[in-house]
Amino acid sequence: MEKLNNQQIIEALQKTFGEDAVYGIGESHGILQLTTHADNIVPMMHFLYADPVLKFQFLTDLAGIHFPEAKGQELGVVYHLHSLENNVRLWIKAYAPVEAPNFPTLTGLYAAANWMEREAFDFYGIIFEGHPNLIRILNVDDMDYHPMRKEYPLEDATRNDKIDEMFGR
Amino acid sequence: MSEIALVNSPNVGLDKTQKGGPYVNDLSTLNLGPTHPATHGIFQNILTMDGETIVDAEQTVGYIHRAFEKIAERRPFYQITTLTDRMNYCSSPINNMGWHLTVEKLLGIEVPKRAQYIRVIMMELARLADHIVCNSILAVDTGALTGFLYVYQWREHIYEIYEELCGARLTTNMGRFGGMERDLSKVAIEKIHVLLAGLPKGLKEFEGLVMRNRIFMDRTQNVGAISAERALNYGFTGPNLRAAGVDYDVRSLNPYSSYEDFEFDVPVGTKGDTYDRFLVREEEMWQSLRIIQQAMDNLPEGPYHADAPHYYLPPKEEVYKNMEALIYHFKIVMGEIDAPVGEVYQSVEGGNGELGFYLVSDGGRTPYRLKFRRPGFIYYQAFPEMVKGSSLSDAIVTMSSMNVIAGELDT
Repeated sequence: MEKLNNQQIIEALQKTFGEDAVYGIGESHGILQLTTHADNIVPMMHFLYADPVLKFQFLTDLAGIHFPEAKGQELGVVYHLHSLENNVRLWIKAYAPVEAPNFPTLTGLYAAANWMEREAFDFYGIIFEGHPNLIRILNVDDMDYHPMRKEYPLEDATRNDKIDEMFGR
Repeated sequence: MSEIALVNSPNVGLDKTQKGGPYVNDLSTLNLGPTHPATHGIFQNILTMDGETIVDAEQTVGYIHRAFEKIAERRPFYQITTLTDRMNYCSSPINNMGWHLTVEKLLGIEVPKRAQYIRVIMMELARLADHIVCNSILAVDTGALTGFLYVYQWREHIYEIYEELCGARLTTNMGRFGGMERDLSKVAIEKIHVLLAGLPKGLKEFEGLVMRNRIFMDRTQNVGAISAERALNYGFTGPNLRAAGVDYDVRSLNPYSSYEDFEFDVPVGTKGDTYDRFLVREEEMWQSLRIIQQAMDNLPEGPYHADAPHYYLPPKEEVYKNMEALIYHFKIVMGEIDAPVGEVYQSVEGGNGELGFYLVSDGGRTPYRLKFRRPGFIYYQAFPEMVKGSSLSDAIVTMSSMNVIAGELDT
């Protein structure tokens, strides 16, 4: 069987979801990455799962990410998919504004998404709509912020014995 | 019956007209953990029991969460290696190498063959140590303490080999970007040969005691089984997935660090039960020994690290004599080297599954975002589904065979 190439994936997605459904197409060390609108996530995942050629049926990981400078798309989710039969990986990214960080849940398709989404909620405050049990997972329940967001510095901001420009951090 | 007695009765609120009498729904809650000796780590399970049968389980994790992903955003790359040690602490060298491979991918460093082979040897030793722990403790959990003693001394021996290479035993911080910090010493090579000659004997003894043991088989067969389809849906990887019959092994599907040079089999099970997980790990130990033997036989000559002065610390003597070496030493130690902009994902076959590193670099001196794909965190979700309907003692054995490591679970 000929190896599935990244162009085929893009074409298949554009054919099904329209030309402008996927954008921000790039490649990093052979892994295709593309961005889509949060509303497209669930149908796109179902399509990638069910397609007889693509067969992206393994959710490797789901990572939240925060870009405070990108206005209107501060919070993102990176879905790491793996087509085990073709041995092709794919990253699908989606962004939402920090005021309304709503994403659809993937728990209907992947049981693995349950804790991954809880982790992203815990650390970034991303709301996965329809998730059966969206509560904190690693942090304490009564924590009132989402610690991986960039506005929470790791070290105490009032310290002045460590100067960033000197120590380069 | 008085009012007080009614309140204390477990049957309050139940529909007593239901067929089968009032005691059918007599459920109790059992708190297993967070510090229960049989869970081998700090995590809690709240089990809903109907007599001896588990009706539902709910896990609480996060007891030893140390915010590694957040800390990593403030640390130079080389200081993150010590964080990776503390994830799956039963096989730290695999975590270290996985992290080094990730950063090398980002920086574009080519690692010499000898260093790659040494890494393979260390990773396979780590896998041996990991599986020795998991399988022998599984035997202990079923009541067979003796077998554990035959193999545990070899885990100690493996730790001595680590010590020879990096000076540490448990949290190894082994290797550097570009290769290893030192070559295999004479003592290390000797110790590896002792292991290759001696471990098969210990392993055979262990297998002779446990593998076809009637009690062990009764305790593990058809216990905590999961189908291949469910396992994939739950994101299983590693021995747990292979026990269910899926031959996904990162080492053979996406070889890294010269794994393509070695001949080894990927054992798979059929039922995905505790016994299959045990057998897959046993066979993987034999395969690891095979890989180490091949790597030792064909160990290439040459340097044990890449020529990458920006990232690889110069020898200490040079630092005192040579200006460039001093500058590089200072810059590396102070973390003053900017990494290129980019996004990489690198995965390695960890002791219990696909250990992945998703690294986003914005061109700074620290990662912008680092996500660890911890296999244990992902597959531990399936635990309630795997133990529902089984007895409490089966749940203990199932958890033991899943090889959930608290450090990895909680980062």
